[in-house]
Amino acid sequence: MNPDLYLVLAAILFTVGLVGFIIRRNALILFMSTELMLNAANLVLVSSSWVQGKLDGQVAAFFVMVVAAAEVVVGLSLIVTIFRARRSTSVDSESLLKG
Amino acid sequence: MIWLEFTAPAIDYARLAPFIIVLGAACLGVLVEAFVERTWRHEVQTGLSVIALLGAVVAVIAQWDSYGLADSVAGSGAGLIGFDFGSVMIDGPTQIAWLTLLGFTLLSLLLFAERSVHGGHSAFTSAAAAIPGSRSEAEATSAQLEHAEVFPLALFSLAGMMLLTAGQDLLVMFVALEILSLPLYVLAALARHRRLGSQEAALKYFLLGAAASGMFLFGAALLFAYSGSFDLAGLALAQTAGVGSDWLLIAGLALVAAGLLFKIGAVPFHQWAPDVYQGAPTPVTGFMSVATKVAAVFALLRLFYVGLGPSWWTWRPVFVVAAIATMALGAVVGIVQSDVKRLLAYSSITHAGFILVGVAGAFTAVSLAADGTISHALGSVASITTYLVAYGCATLGCFACVTLVQSQGREATDLAAWSGLGRSKPWFGAVMLISLLSLAGIPLTAGFVGKLTVFVAAWRGGLWWLVLVAIVLSVVAVYVYFRLVAVLFFQPPRPGVEVKTPGPATVVVLALSVLGTLAFGLVPGPLTKLLASVGAFLVP
Repeated sequence: MNPDLYLVLAAILFTVGLVGFIIRRNALILFMSTELMLNAANLVLVSSSWVQGKLDGQVAAFFVMVVAAAEVVVGLSLIVTIFRARRSTSVDSESLLKG
Repeated sequence: MIWLEFTAPAIDYARLAPFIIVLGAACLGVLVEAFVERTWRHEVQTGLSVIALLGAVVAVIAQWDSYGLADSVAGSGAGLIGFDFGSVMIDGPTQIAWLTLLGFTLLSLLLFAERSVHGGHSAFTSAAAAIPGSRSEAEATSAQLEHAEVFPLALFSLAGMMLLTAGQDLLVMFVALEILSLPLYVLAALARHRRLGSQEAALKYFLLGAAASGMFLFGAALLFAYSGSFDLAGLALAQTAGVGSDWLLIAGLALVAAGLLFKIGAVPFHQWAPDVYQGAPTPVTGFMSVATKVAAVFALLRLFYVGLGPSWWTWRPVFVVAAIATMALGAVVGIVQSDVKRLLAYSSITHAGFILVGVAGAFTAVSLAADGTISHALGSVASITTYLVAYGCATLGCFACVTLVQSQGREATDLAAWSGLGRSKPWFGAVMLISLLSLAGIPLTAGFVGKLTVFVAAWRGGLWWLVLVAIVLSVVAVYVYFRLVAVLFFQPPRPGVEVKTPGPATVVVLALSVLGTLAFGLVPGPLTKLLASVGAFLVP
């Protein structure tokens, strides 16, 4: 199987994540989109680790997972705090700060 | 079957001591939260952080002589000296960046610790988990509760910044970027007043920051797919050898640039800055506007000068365009701002543009001439460091002033509320005037020296026309600051707005930032000479 296809799939996943991040309005969905971007990067790391014949990429994928977990802790706590105060997770209702 | 070869690295703990001290103090701070009596936590945390930062500064200075250009052995052809730990490089720029970061963090933490200007409590909320306006929040406030966790959070963030400036490995840079960012997201949500706005700022910062770090990571992964290595030396080698697909290189380069430009606050990744600067507690705003920028600029410089140096012709136009767009947008949109914190946010965007002029200039001072003498010309790295020091002093001075202007017990950041304050409180007017003149780049202030050195380096790098554009736009930017000066001095004071008497911590911040601005402006020689001798990356 052509290893380039993994890169194509990863690029598609990343684009889905980025487009989702731009067009969706729910903070949770935005957050999931950023996680999708991280996982697209993981796919690149693991597949090119195989292509390059080095395990560095696979080790890096573990780092990415740990970082993603840490991001979830901070991100979800922020989203939950805001939801409790406003009863909404839509990013459009967040409009106190304007210039 | 492929095996991972693992060789235990030889770690020179003395070289890494500043970083270890900061990280250790942050961990200790978490234990303080668990074991120290609540009434003492704020004092203990303040003392611990200040001692740790001073200790780290001493640890940097103790190593100082062994970095930079080897003056004594110049004749033997020895060049730059540094210590390569594989994924972390401790060289002259790292040391300078660490010293800058430690100094500015120390000043920011003094603003964190300040209580007297806020009526006996810190600038942070009493109960971050309580719903704003709820009974549990009121109870926590009346019980004088405080979140002293802000100090370890800031120290963790500082540790990430220090790692980011030293990292010469894409994976280490990514992890450092996250260590830097995650505590900042939390800190941004902790304002005592206007908590909904503060939480909103934190959410915006978090979501956009997560997307930016996702871009950085995907770019790093593509660069790994291109070169087969995470470390910058291997990356540079792959470009020189010309193996691998150019598309992977270009896409990876664009995405890592996007991730770091976000942290710097450059166009088109600047939208978060005004909202986050306005919503976050003012001491946190000061911390992130200065320290984050220093760290991200050094990471950008190292990544592009060392790791992507061979692709110079590809990335230079990107930074030229980003620099022009950033300067123009910051200067023009800054004119119409009616809130002082937003105005300072746009000022920080404009300054990111001027810094990018230096980045695009990519002028490396020839460190050793043919006859063995050392040239003290400022390269791009050294001149940008000068700029960052000047920007940091002036910006921290401004944000320290922002904490003092209050009406009804809250910070009054509306531009109209600031009218006449410079006349009614001359010392306040003097601090603001000096800081704003420095931000505007008027001669005899540090800001002028910073702009001059950056522009000269970019001119020598061959981008003379970009320097001309930058000079025109810096004149536009001057208008933004003079508008604030005019409000401060030439309008009648408003009733109900008072300038609080600063407590000892704020006095230290105000004094040191003004002193720095004037000292580097009037006598720039020692600073620039120091930077010229150490200010170039050691290529592994």
